[in-house]
Amino acid sequence: MHASVRPAVSVNIPPTVTNTATREMPAALSLRMTVSKVNFFYGTKQTLFDINLGVATNKVTSLIGPSGCGKSTLLRTFNRMHETVRNARLEGEILLDGQNILAQDVTALRRRVGMVFQRPNPFPKSIFENVAYGLKINGSKLPIAEAVEKSLRHAALWDEVKDHLHKSAYELSGGQQQRLCIARALAVEPEVLLLDEPCSALDPISTAKIEELLVQLKDLCTIAIVTHNMQQAARVSDFTAFLLLGQLIEFSPTPQLFTTPGDPRTEAYITGRFG
Amino acid sequence: MATSTTTVPSAGPAAGSRSFLSRLRDGDEIARLITFLFAASVVLVTLLLVLELWQGSVLPRHKFGFNFFRTSVWDPIFEQFGALPFIYGTLVTAGVALVIAVPLGIGAAIFLAELAPVRVSDTLEFFIDLLAAVPSVIYGLLGVFIVVPLMRVYIQPTLKHTLGFLPLFQGPAYGVGFLTAGIVLAIMVIPYIISVSREVLLSVPRDQREAALSLGSTRWESTWKVVVPFARGGIMGSIFLALARALGETMAVTMVIGNTPTISASLFSPGYSIAAVIANEFTEATGDLYLQSLIELGLVLFILTFILNGLARLLIVATSQKGAGMGHA
Amino acid sequence: MSPRLRWRKFVSGFMLTMTGVCAAVSVAVLFFILGYLVYHGGTSISWNFFTKLPAPVGETGGGMANAIVGSAKLLLLASLVGVPIGFFGAIYLAEFSGGTTAFVVRYAADLLNGVPSIVIGIFAYSLVVLPFKHFSTLAGGFAIGLMMIPITLRSTEEFLRAVPRALREGAMALGASKWKTISTVIVPAAYRGILTAVLLAFARVAGETAPLLFTAFGNRFWSPGWNQPTASLPVMIFTYAVAPYDDWHRQAWAAGLVLLGLILVLNIVARAILSRGIAVPRA
Repeated sequence: MHASVRPAVSVNIPPTVTNTATREMPAALSLRMTVSKVNFFYGTKQTLFDINLGVATNKVTSLIGPSGCGKSTLLRTFNRMHETVRNARLEGEILLDGQNILAQDVTALRRRVGMVFQRPNPFPKSIFENVAYGLKINGSKLPIAEAVEKSLRHAALWDEVKDHLHKSAYELSGGQQQRLCIARALAVEPEVLLLDEPCSALDPISTAKIEELLVQLKDLCTIAIVTHNMQQAARVSDFTAFLLLGQLIEFSPTPQLFTTPGDPRTEAYITGRFG
Repeated sequence: MATSTTTVPSAGPAAGSRSFLSRLRDGDEIARLITFLFAASVVLVTLLLVLELWQGSVLPRHKFGFNFFRTSVWDPIFEQFGALPFIYGTLVTAGVALVIAVPLGIGAAIFLAELAPVRVSDTLEFFIDLLAAVPSVIYGLLGVFIVVPLMRVYIQPTLKHTLGFLPLFQGPAYGVGFLTAGIVLAIMVIPYIISVSREVLLSVPRDQREAALSLGSTRWESTWKVVVPFARGGIMGSIFLALARALGETMAVTMVIGNTPTISASLFSPGYSIAAVIANEFTEATGDLYLQSLIELGLVLFILTFILNGLARLLIVATSQKGAGMGHA
Repeated sequence: MSPRLRWRKFVSGFMLTMTGVCAAVSVAVLFFILGYLVYHGGTSISWNFFTKLPAPVGETGGGMANAIVGSAKLLLLASLVGVPIGFFGAIYLAEFSGGTTAFVVRYAADLLNGVPSIVIGIFAYSLVVLPFKHFSTLAGGFAIGLMMIPITLRSTEEFLRAVPRALREGAMALGASKWKTISTVIVPAAYRGILTAVLLAFARVAGETAPLLFTAFGNRFWSPGWNQPTASLPVMIFTYAVAPYDDWHRQAWAAGLVLLGLILVLNIVARAILSRGIAVPRA
């Protein structure tokens, strides 16, 4: 990508107090989601400080940073999963297609913003029923069997399971289960897919398969992924945000962040000086 | 040197044979032995119980064989003993109890596990545990003086009026009977269903519910279609436990069932249960065949509850392991 | 919002409210029971109740002094059976036994726990009443003592196991024998839980009626010694409740209040002891 230029229009956000080097995004990039002045609290403890960023449409955006930096917390606000925890409080604005997600109905929102979790968590049902679950509750334009096949193909799992659709999902390997969870999430045709360290419980081969998959899925939906594996971020994402202690330190196109990071802390992290 | 070693004064007695065991070890060996005896006595007593039940029912087993379970005549005078009315009564009252207690119990467990804040859930659970501690005879007391009149004056006539076309709700309204016993039993077994189901539901991994929610489920959908099915085994286990309790329940049932060995399609009819007939007739039983027939009924009850409790435990354990290991192959 | 979604949300709110109703109903029953007992029993409790013997049938004014004493004797006997076996058996399971023996003992205890109380009564009858040819306090105490065993055994074992390794190893490193470690370190560390287990077992059997029906049987008078049939609170409640005399009904309520009061107090005290102590697993 190109060296940073002063933006003509659109998004970018004044740096935070400690932040010195937020790169701006190239103009005319459409943003599926926008995060503005987001602060997050667990009870009285604040865990996210004035986060501002944009998630580009049909691109992969990754959130990286050391453990406890708040990247998962931030990701989970995108589909309001933080509301399942009692003392969690969010301030600020998060827009999906220009509309504040906090003002919408949460059930409808979650259909549009899907999530894949750190450990594969298929339901105790058959492979077919897992993928069909979202379709059955939300209604489906296609006949269910067709929609299930479509999703499984998108998740690159169809060929492996097409003859075993009615077997229990737990008979699949870890990597397959995670791809099943991706298929399950894709079945309801979300606009954004959130992945929270999806490969951390998987072996290298499954990880590679999923990384390949993510790059292809870009065309279907916008992707935001949390990862503690920097190389993974470098491999799959178009944009990378680096968080540290609840603050957004740097947010740039991926190659830039990794080759010429703007902030010394980013550089320290990606060169492994702390982790 | 003197040849004999036995005259050395300061060594302990038979110093040679004890040299392998230090005094310390002796203390431990004795402790092990004594505690083993106590532990073994548990097994002994249990075996003895089964033995006594088996031997104590030898006469009717030989005389009636399996007909014991098919005949409905219970006639001490002519020494004809058929267990059918008691088995019927036991099953019917337990069935009524479950029909009432299972939806209420699972509903309450869902509320406590999924909805209520932790402190509310724990407080309510405390009260539910107290309910489980109330002895059977107290439930019987309340049954006799509160439930029976209620049934006779209000509930049974209302049911007859509205649903009387069903054979279930026909016949005179005595107040006592299968339905009353079933209702009292339901109250007694609800706490079991609630506590076990609540624990099982709480052990379902968080990310199951989160996965369901993240697909756009409503809270009810995520609970009913994902969390509860995940805990299905343990919930079934709680139902089996409740059933075992209901089957063996004696005092409360005796006090409200009417104590008449009848088989009837109507829930208003007075009836009898295995435990109730044993309680009422054991001390009056004349003759060995009579007494041993009652003991055989006890054996039947024992076997039924043994199987149910065993199944219940398997199911509950299997479900909690599923939660822990996510059932991965 | 689409109509479909609106409906789903309505169903969700409705069903979740219904679960709250279920919980409320279930708990309300407890308060209902307590309320009735306090009302009916409270008005019938009198000094007579605690001090007088039952009056001749049909006459009013008797009490349940013999039943109270009888219950106390039965519970004492039961504790002598249930507590040592449970306590020492648990020590064996937690400290000495191998896998298979432990499994067999635990299985037997669970089995015993699940036996309907009336069947325990039959067993005690065959074992203690038949050979001596009469009902007795001994038989009754034995019967409910049997019921105490599984509760004390399993709970005590759990609490012994929960004592941290560090404590055991510390004692053994100082040269204490296994028995010394158990008696001076482990049991004291677990004493809260063990006490709770005993109290809960006590509370459980205090209300048992069925096993007493043909072991201790009943008695309208005092029962001297241990070899005669004896009255007990639960059996009196049963007998009086099903009889046709109003005075007896009133006494049954009073006895019910006393019995339930005792049991609830034991339960609450047991749990309080447990929760104020160190973190140990729930029984």
